[in-house]
Amino acid sequence: MDKREKQSTKIKEQSTKIEDLRIEDLSESMRVSLFVTCLVDQLWSNVGTSCVEVLRRAGCEVVFDERQTCCAQPAFNTGYRNEARQVAKRFIEIFEDSDAEAIVSPSGSCTAMVHHFPELFADEPDWMRRSQTIATRTYELSAFLVRVLKIDDVGASWKGRLTWHDACHGLRDLNLKSEPRSLIRKVKGAEFVELENAESCCGFGGTFSVKYPEISVAILDQKIEAIERANVQAVVASDASCLMQIGGRLSRNGSNVKVMHLAELLAMSDKL
Amino acid sequence: MNPSSETFDQNALAALADKQLRGALRNATSLFGQRRLAAARSLDNWEDLRSQARRIKDEVLLRLDEYLLAFVSKAESRGAEIHWARDAAEANKIICALTVERGAKSIVKSKSMTTEETHLNKALEKAGMQVVETDLGEYIIQLADETPSHIIAPAIHKTKKQIAELFTAELGMPPTDDVGQLTSTARTTLRQFFANSDVGISGVNFGVAETGTIMIVENEGNIRLTTSLPRMHIAVMGIEKIVPRFEDLDVFLKLLPRSGTGQRLTTYQSLITGVKQSPTEEGPEQLHIVLLDNGRSRMLAHPVTRQSLACIRCGACLNACPVYQQIGGHAYGSVYPGPIGAVITPQLMGLKKTAQLPYASSLCGACREVCPVKIDIPRLLLHLRSEVTERSGDHVPKKTVERLAFKVWAQVMRRPKLYELSARVGRLMQRLVVKNKRIGKVGVPPLSGWTNYRDLRPIESQSFREQWRKGLIGNREQ
Repeated sequence: MDKREKQSTKIKEQSTKIEDLRIEDLSESMRVSLFVTCLVDQLWSNVGTSCVEVLRRAGCEVVFDERQTCCAQPAFNTGYRNEARQVAKRFIEIFEDSDAEAIVSPSGSCTAMVHHFPELFADEPDWMRRSQTIATRTYELSAFLVRVLKIDDVGASWKGRLTWHDACHGLRDLNLKSEPRSLIRKVKGAEFVELENAESCCGFGGTFSVKYPEISVAILDQKIEAIERANVQAVVASDASCLMQIGGRLSRNGSNVKVMHLAELLAMSDKL
Repeated sequence: MNPSSETFDQNALAALADKQLRGALRNATSLFGQRRLAAARSLDNWEDLRSQARRIKDEVLLRLDEYLLAFVSKAESRGAEIHWARDAAEANKIICALTVERGAKSIVKSKSMTTEETHLNKALEKAGMQVVETDLGEYIIQLADETPSHIIAPAIHKTKKQIAELFTAELGMPPTDDVGQLTSTARTTLRQFFANSDVGISGVNFGVAETGTIMIVENEGNIRLTTSLPRMHIAVMGIEKIVPRFEDLDVFLKLLPRSGTGQRLTTYQSLITGVKQSPTEEGPEQLHIVLLDNGRSRMLAHPVTRQSLACIRCGACLNACPVYQQIGGHAYGSVYPGPIGAVITPQLMGLKKTAQLPYASSLCGACREVCPVKIDIPRLLLHLRSEVTERSGDHVPKKTVERLAFKVWAQVMRRPKLYELSARVGRLMQRLVVKNKRIGKVGVPPLSGWTNYRDLRPIESQSFREQWRKGLIGNREQ
């Protein structure tokens, strides 16, 4: 009972903190359509539920359209543009139906793909226009919190030492560098250390990871070595794909370092 | 000796198994990378310079014919002779004819990727010439009978120890690992060739349309010697090397050395405008400029890939590329390795034998980030990948299974019910391989590609959407 009481006061404390942070103009709640990504949907649902939790804490109303599947990136990146176009069109139709002000996704890579949609429709002006509209409404989670809602403290707490991996598409396509870091720095109890090669690729690269697994893992091992040297309990990133690559190797090596999605970290409230 | 692009898979595996190679690559690429970053930061207008350089290159590429003709007429007015070469064979034929006519026996060459592209040395040797590479790195790989593995550092794959052993074996140098001793051995040997050669062959970094000047940058002084000591200088220049105005060189001189070696300026910048104008002046009597197309006008015609002609061959994308950092240049099996090589080679040689190269990238974008002329290399790789799949079977290796897989995938992804059904089937099938909530080694492709080296997360017993549907995410009341 004691424990539960403690928790509830903590949550109360946190929610008042968030209230304080909220900008006056945002008093009416913002409607957000969650694009959870197929990977998170099927393999890592906790990232999705964490995303919902964080967005709600930030004062958003979250909707989820169950017709959604994939952003079309696997086909686009492997060179199958027709197939990518078909899936992209479906994505656009589904999210056009929503009256949400923003589409938010826990993946820099999938968000970047949505931003690439217009490249697929050079010969279809109508779809080009529609894809541009969708692209401007679509945000990666940390970009949405920091740039749109102007929030960097979501009342999270996690005890331990952690580091951050910059997923390539978030970093280089969406320019996300300070946003995730400012969110992490506000996590109570967390000691944040920079990874010496934070901006280097983890070697995932979609189908590259299975087309050229040996090269992919050779690249990955440089990341792994740096993570081990950083002496952390967890490595955090904003893409489930990178985390599967990094986590899969850590787990194979029998390492104690955990991988954690940024959404999961931000949804934590001192479970340790 | 030289692997081909067709066997990229095996080449890469061989490279990964070569510990000396990987050690040399790790040291060199990270050093180049750090120096580049420091040099770029020494200028507060780096980003403006990149944009400016790209604008200049775009301007040239849109009116290349006019600028080339202007360059030619200026260079000719200063006594240079111009030769147009449609392809590698034609360029080599022209150069061989010039050297034979001159009665040359010995030729000194300075580093030139363009002559690597045409395999000029082989052609000259066939014509009975002795050809000596005078750039230290090129000289090393010539002695080792290898090809360059980097655009600006041809022997980047070699360790000091390997070079010392090579010099001892080939030049009779007493065994040593003293770098000073190594370079002075090369210097002494090369000086004799400079003194006795009839023809010097160089590449070109920039050709100025306004003045007919060619500029070549270097650190060792061998280019200065190659282009000034022999009576005949032959400069081989890709047609894309033009800049419109003399003042444009200022922009590129700030970008090229910083991007390539991390220097603020190279030790030597040779600016050559025609031949000596009076007998009392120094320098060669003849200057021949060979303008090489070899697939470039075909590249120019394509609106998407045209931008790859803006490349100034600095090599920064190689150093920044996580794939190149692991496997080096030889694995690509092409003259131009690394990210820009994976873009240029298929365009120059066709996709039939190079179809694997555009896939040799994790699309991380580090190449685009460092490119001094802002070439969007990942975008070009994606474009080439789409060319590979669209022309599958037609002069390009077939991809029957992959094509079918993506056709099925697209159907599934457009139908949420089918998507959920496939996930459920996957959930059932994975029971065979899931242990301790993870999938370990599975011997069957395509899973083995992943699980040979890393554990895989299994499909969860309840997807996010199932939890949402059941109202488990606090969404019942909505």
